[in-house]
Amino acid sequence: MLRLESVDVAYGHVQALRGVSIEVRDGELVTLLGANGAGKSSALMAVSGIIRPSAGRLSYDGVDLGRASALEIVQHGIIQCPEGRRIFGGLTVQENLRMGAVRRPDAAGARRDLDWVYSLFPVLGQRRRQAGSTLSGGEQQMLAIGRALMARPRLLMLDEPSLGLAPLVVRSIFQVIRELHRRGVTILLVEQNVRQALAVADRGYVLVTGSVALEGSGSDLRAHPELEASYLSTARGGTGR
Amino acid sequence: MTPGELLLQQLINAVSVGSLYALMAIGLAMVFGILRLINFAHGDLIMVGSYVTLLLAAAGLPFLLAAGAGVAASTAAGLLMERVAYRPLRGAHEIAMLLTSFSVTIFLENLAIILFRPTSRPFTAPPILRSVIEMGQLRVASVDVVAIVIAAVLLLGLTLFVKRTTLGISMRAASQDLLAARLMGINVNAVIAAAFAIGSFLAGVVGLLWSARVGKIDPLMGFNPVLKAFVASVIGGLGSLPGAVIGAYVLGALEVLLQGLLPSALTPYRDAFVFAVLIALLLFRPNGILGSTEREKI
Repeated sequence: MLRLESVDVAYGHVQALRGVSIEVRDGELVTLLGANGAGKSSALMAVSGIIRPSAGRLSYDGVDLGRASALEIVQHGIIQCPEGRRIFGGLTVQENLRMGAVRRPDAAGARRDLDWVYSLFPVLGQRRRQAGSTLSGGEQQMLAIGRALMARPRLLMLDEPSLGLAPLVVRSIFQVIRELHRRGVTILLVEQNVRQALAVADRGYVLVTGSVALEGSGSDLRAHPELEASYLSTARGGTGR
Repeated sequence: MTPGELLLQQLINAVSVGSLYALMAIGLAMVFGILRLINFAHGDLIMVGSYVTLLLAAAGLPFLLAAGAGVAASTAAGLLMERVAYRPLRGAHEIAMLLTSFSVTIFLENLAIILFRPTSRPFTAPPILRSVIEMGQLRVASVDVVAIVIAAVLLLGLTLFVKRTTLGISMRAASQDLLAARLMGINVNAVIAAAFAIGSFLAGVVGLLWSARVGKIDPLMGFNPVLKAFVASVIGGLGSLPGAVIGAYVLGALEVLLQGLLPSALTPYRDAFVFAVLIALLLFRPNGILGSTEREKI
């Protein structure tokens, strides 16, 4: 179980997170919602060991992660698929996937997972020798998710996987997220696509200017009358994309 | 000499010079690709290796052993440079790193001046590196042939390394997106150290060939090679490994061509013409021959 307790994150003088407490239990799909700049990505970067919390406690299965390096976080099985995909454009599809498994000691398991990723995203299999940069936006997102899956994550953090994608592609990405959840992968999903995210999530948190303003089950949050108007107003532009 | 022989002679010259530039430029490009650091102290690794070779050979060690120790010394100096001067600057501004590389250069060159005196010393290579091969009218320095063969072998090995091995692919990944590389659990410090080790090893090899070619060494001998390697990487596209190699051979060919074509009154200004061509190239292709023109994808 991932646990953030009263976590503060600051970039210089700019406070990105203020006393944020979040829990993701094993097997859960939890979504983190919020407007642009609410601190969603900062929360993921803090968990990934890229930025250090200035206060609070960050732990996974009771182990303190506050001082852990990005590499150690990956070794704990916590993998982030970052916003904007960030695939390695000059590497082939297969090399990208190989990089996802770079910390895995079990070569045989990595080979099995490569086949699994290709079955999950058949288009990646067809393009395995192509450079990542030649893929369409949707295919790149699939590659980014596939690359993260190659690490065999115990906790998969997805940052805005639907950003900038056509509605049809968004639907298939969410199908895969649902499928991963069904298979028991623990997922922390950051999204601006509120409706879709709450439709697949067990629980959700809403961040407003760096603090948790609302939390509840997916269905409760979906039923909340003022969710979009009061908490996600500047995210509106993002929901339609 | 027939025109054909003349052409062949000049071609060998060009490829030989280009090979040395290529081995140097790769070291610069590998480090720049990941850290956005133009390591001007890279040239001084040539000097370190050459002096170690010279001193050990003078002490009676067989040349091959002394040369091996020289290359090892260059590699060790490169790793030490990364650990002491550049690692503490991880995440610092590019200008801070650039200025640090100048400091490292000034430090190493002055250390060498104090230790070895500022004057140059003769570098006597074994016969295989200083004989002349004659084929008809053709006269080819053996060091040129050796340089071409060694560069070909090393470039092939390097290509296999960056294409096939996990460390090599990690290195390319880190040079494309450092943050994504960290998020995948790539050990960025190890990758950077490996880039320095490989580049410094290549610089050590270049040092031997360069010194054998010139026949003497001095504390400031690294300046010209690193400048040429930098120009080569700019021609090819900074940070791109194939670009660095292509740029190096283009530069070598350009130098030899100008040396042959310029009237003898102008040959001392050959480098000025080389840089004029560089400026013209950058006007048309600001990112070099293989430079990336990145664009956003939807």
